[in-house]
Amino acid sequence: MTNFVTFTVIGIVVGATYAIAASGLVLTYATSNVFNMAHGAVGMFMTFLYWEVSVNQGWPVWVALPFVLGIAAPAMGLLLERVMMRRLTQADVTISLVVTVGLLVALIGVAQTIWPPAGRNIEQFFNGDAVSFGIVRVSAHQFITMGVALAVAFGLYVLLNRTRIGTAMRAVVDNRELLALHGARPNLLSGLAWALGSSLAALAGILLAPQLTLDYTTLTFLVVSAYAAAMVGRLKSLPKTFVGAIVLGLLINYATWAYISLPKSVLTSDFGQVIYGVKNSLPTIFLLLVMLALPQEKLRIGRISGTKLPKLPSWPVALAWSAVFIVGTYLLTGQFGDANNSRFGQAMCLPLIMLSLVLLVGYGGDVSLMQLSFVGMGVLVAARGFTIPGTGIGFHPQVSVLSIVTAFLLTAMIGAIVAVPALRLRGLYIGLGTLALAAAIDRIVFNTKLLGFGNEGSTVNANRPGWLQSEQSFAMAVVVAFVVMGLMVLSIRRGKYGRILLATRDSQAACATLGFSTTITRVAVFAVSAGLAGVAGVFFAGEHISVSTYDVFFFKSLPLLLFATVFGVTSISGVLVGGLVYGLIGYAPTTVGNLASVVLLLGILLLGGNPNGLVGLIFEQARKVPLPWRRGGLPVEAEPYPTHNPARSALEAPVGTA
Amino acid sequence: MTGRTNALDVIDLTAGYGRIEVLHSVSFSVPVGAVVALLGPNGAGKTTTLNCISGVLSPTSGHVHLNGHHVNGAAADKLARAGLCTIPEGRGIFPNLTVTENVSLFAFASQTSPKDIEERTFTQFPRLQERRSQLAGKLSGGEQQMLAMARALSSDPAMLLLDELSMGLAPKIVEDLYEIVADIGRQGISVLVVEQFARRALAVAQLGIVMVQGRITAVGEPADIYDELSAAYLGGAA
Amino acid sequence: MALLEVDEVFVRFGGVVAVNGASFDVDEGKIVGLMGPNGAGKTTLFNVITGLQEPTSGRVRFNGKDISKVAPRQRALGGIGRTFQRLEVFGSLSVGDNIRVAAEMRGISRPERVRDELLDRVGLRAFADVTADSVPTGIARLTELARALACDPRLLLLDEPSSGLSEVETDDFARLIRSLADEGKSILIVEHDVELVLGLCSTIHVLDFGSIISSGTPAEVQADQRVQDAYLGADTEAAEALEEVGA
Repeated sequence: MTNFVTFTVIGIVVGATYAIAASGLVLTYATSNVFNMAHGAVGMFMTFLYWEVSVNQGWPVWVALPFVLGIAAPAMGLLLERVMMRRLTQADVTISLVVTVGLLVALIGVAQTIWPPAGRNIEQFFNGDAVSFGIVRVSAHQFITMGVALAVAFGLYVLLNRTRIGTAMRAVVDNRELLALHGARPNLLSGLAWALGSSLAALAGILLAPQLTLDYTTLTFLVVSAYAAAMVGRLKSLPKTFVGAIVLGLLINYATWAYISLPKSVLTSDFGQVIYGVKNSLPTIFLLLVMLALPQEKLRIGRISGTKLPKLPSWPVALAWSAVFIVGTYLLTGQFGDANNSRFGQAMCLPLIMLSLVLLVGYGGDVSLMQLSFVGMGVLVAARGFTIPGTGIGFHPQVSVLSIVTAFLLTAMIGAIVAVPALRLRGLYIGLGTLALAAAIDRIVFNTKLLGFGNEGSTVNANRPGWLQSEQSFAMAVVVAFVVMGLMVLSIRRGKYGRILLATRDSQAACATLGFSTTITRVAVFAVSAGLAGVAGVFFAGEHISVSTYDVFFFKSLPLLLFATVFGVTSISGVLVGGLVYGLIGYAPTTVGNLASVVLLLGILLLGGNPNGLVGLIFEQARKVPLPWRRGGLPVEAEPYPTHNPARSALEAPVGTA
Repeated sequence: MTGRTNALDVIDLTAGYGRIEVLHSVSFSVPVGAVVALLGPNGAGKTTTLNCISGVLSPTSGHVHLNGHHVNGAAADKLARAGLCTIPEGRGIFPNLTVTENVSLFAFASQTSPKDIEERTFTQFPRLQERRSQLAGKLSGGEQQMLAMARALSSDPAMLLLDELSMGLAPKIVEDLYEIVADIGRQGISVLVVEQFARRALAVAQLGIVMVQGRITAVGEPADIYDELSAAYLGGAA
Repeated sequence: MALLEVDEVFVRFGGVVAVNGASFDVDEGKIVGLMGPNGAGKTTLFNVITGLQEPTSGRVRFNGKDISKVAPRQRALGGIGRTFQRLEVFGSLSVGDNIRVAAEMRGISRPERVRDELLDRVGLRAFADVTADSVPTGIARLTELARALACDPRLLLLDEPSSGLSEVETDDFARLIRSLADEGKSILIVEHDVELVLGLCSTIHVLDFGSIISSGTPAEVQADQRVQDAYLGADTEAAEALEEVGA
């Protein structure tokens, strides 16, 4: 009984913090149509700021708290709305996901630069004070947390239903244009919502922080729980969000209770690690279950479709560039020493992984935030080998044709299984769902000895085949793999399936009325894309030889998508440049890397949602340069379509008249 | 400045979407306090004209003068604060707000207190009072249109633009709505109403404008333009 | 028996009734027009017939079978093709590939030949390699028509196909539609070009406030007072008022 009451109280307290964070998320999403992946990162940043002023600078709580919640956080919210989110209300969901992911990466980078890693603690409010209710002690901090959540709930209710400005905020959600037609300033209202949302994120972070050591990612991703709660209210309803948050808080704590009641022999076994992973993944599992319960997305018509993709290179051109690239890198790696060749090879792994995104995101218009999980699976195939139980048939843990084929098949299969439920939903939910799944895979698969690498931080080793032992030869193997897989992606794009893929992306409604199931295409693309990432994982393992769980940490899927999109996820050259830049930044000092993420963010803003990225932009401009061998100037630009229609006469005598 | 008598002047307006030109040099005026009907078959460019006036669309060339002020390129919210109120096609309401909330939402734009606005509105639209705490999205089509007009009036506009007031509504309701339009005109508010239901609109309008394929083909008092209108709608066959 | 039967279809959006008990038939091999003022519910009805909009109540029968609960894709496979009022071309593909991909999606053999034949037939040969989102509206509409034809539908629903076409192009278009009907295809057409509809269709249904207020031959429909009322506003009082002022 004591346990039950204790865990219930803690559950409600935890749920209360989720509720606070989630309500901020709902508020910003509803008023601006931009889902802020960086909501948690904002909370994290503000919590660090709170630590800075209250602990480091020694301000009293009653100054520090109003400063962070009342000035710093709202200012940041207003700034974000003004500089970024306002441009994104009409943007494609992939773009707005990528931009807010960029913000997340940048905030972590900035936080790491200002507050280098160190043990930091935030004390509870009224530390040590507690009230005993018979057998159960409830700390003052817990009371405050619950009280604050209640106050937030009540305050938001009053704001949204009883004040003019709140009613106007709800009106923004309903019909932004109409509001402008009546003289209200919708941007002002979303700005306000973002200010409020940031404060709520900060509040949740500060309330949660005493229970954790202050670090960059834990707080940032505790907000997966907020996503989960917000999803219960379909990112719209605040009451449902609160209920979802409390239910989730209780669920997690009852699970913890159940977990610690397990016999010690189970807990310490290999299987116990898996259970531990499941317990820690409950918020993401909860999120996935909520998403499964969502109804199938309806076919939408009347939206503007069609993105101008970069011009496809012809086969001779593509092959020529491939040859140049292989010969060039061969000559270059011949000059490098082993250390540099290893660095180059490792950097080349990133474009290889990003190729899978070209197919899925660039051509297919879907989104995945779990590509690195497929890479991790590929790594495991290469590092653990594979034998069919009881037969002895299989292969050694080594990079080989067999491991490549196995990795492809395994990850493609898992990709298909993931895709079937995910693709019922719209882009944003697919993004959130795949991210949640990636987090769960980290904990349940990768961080276990039974299925994955072992404890968090453990490594696995993969062997290179005899003829690819040297650093140069394996780096070249990665280069050749990139070229071969790149040409494969290109051939898919040029063929029947490429056309169908683009058609699916442009109008699913039109596909349906032509009698075609877009689900099969999308699932197939998701599966093939996962398979390519799995193959990339085998090369990744061979190149790094020793791979740790940190190398495939789910969070790293985010910068992967970010770099690919910024440099051009619609072209092979785009991901080559994007991947190499991302890979090479890894060798720069941390500050440079952090700065780069900020610069990258500015890059996205400058792009203004150009889906072809920086490389696409450069190509577009380069085509306009009149070169001596490019005769005839600009036929495409000058005359986009024939002004008269010579074939009209064909109508005079229609073919096949019965 | 000379004593101006027009609430709205549209001069040589040319506009389109992308490569396609929809309006070809359209000019007309709405006198202060008059109800003017802009009529014409589908695709004539009526809504495009309205969008140019309300600031939703930027014209390729030409001018829009509101109360004598040149307003091309002003944002929709600025125009609204200058006294131009637009009810867009397809019911300009907020479906997830209650009727009362819809009505008092824009009270800040006027001098009157929200309570007075509610009272004034519900006296004028008793039907809405019965449903004051319902969500606007649950109202019938006619009631939604009524609500849109009630809200428009709550901000005391100098000029009202009505797009396809009668779209998809039963004749009896359209009749009621036009009673209200006539009433609004009598209050001294200039009204430009875009319509397909020509007869009803002309019965309350002081001036009719017929538009066909992006050009104005007739302007005049209701009785004078009726023949032109038949030709425009039913290809001269009716 | 009629090829398509729409039976007492209602569609409500919240409190708004978009389609109010509409019933009508389309006979095999005929060109049928669906007319009505803006907001009468024509496009909503098209969406109901093709399965993109679930009706609040009512049935749709195609070829004698009730297809009310059938998915859009299955209806298309059953032989219903359509174009869209708000264009749904595959914007990132060329005009030619728009047609070819439709044939490929249906697994029709030699999709290139289908493409070439249809490009000639619809008169789009000159646009074959132009990206579909950079062609004028009229051309994009013809592209949608050709794309629908690639699947060889028995019933073709055309939503305002002639808007954006020049006069000459409209004449060509009318000829094309007639030739399709001659081949036995049934065509249901929503169109605002009154002359085009009157000249093309053998039967016309007039939709107003979401229900059919008049059906018949072009001449019958044209003479129907209710139709004139629908377009100009049914209001005797107003008409009298007009007469008083000397109309």
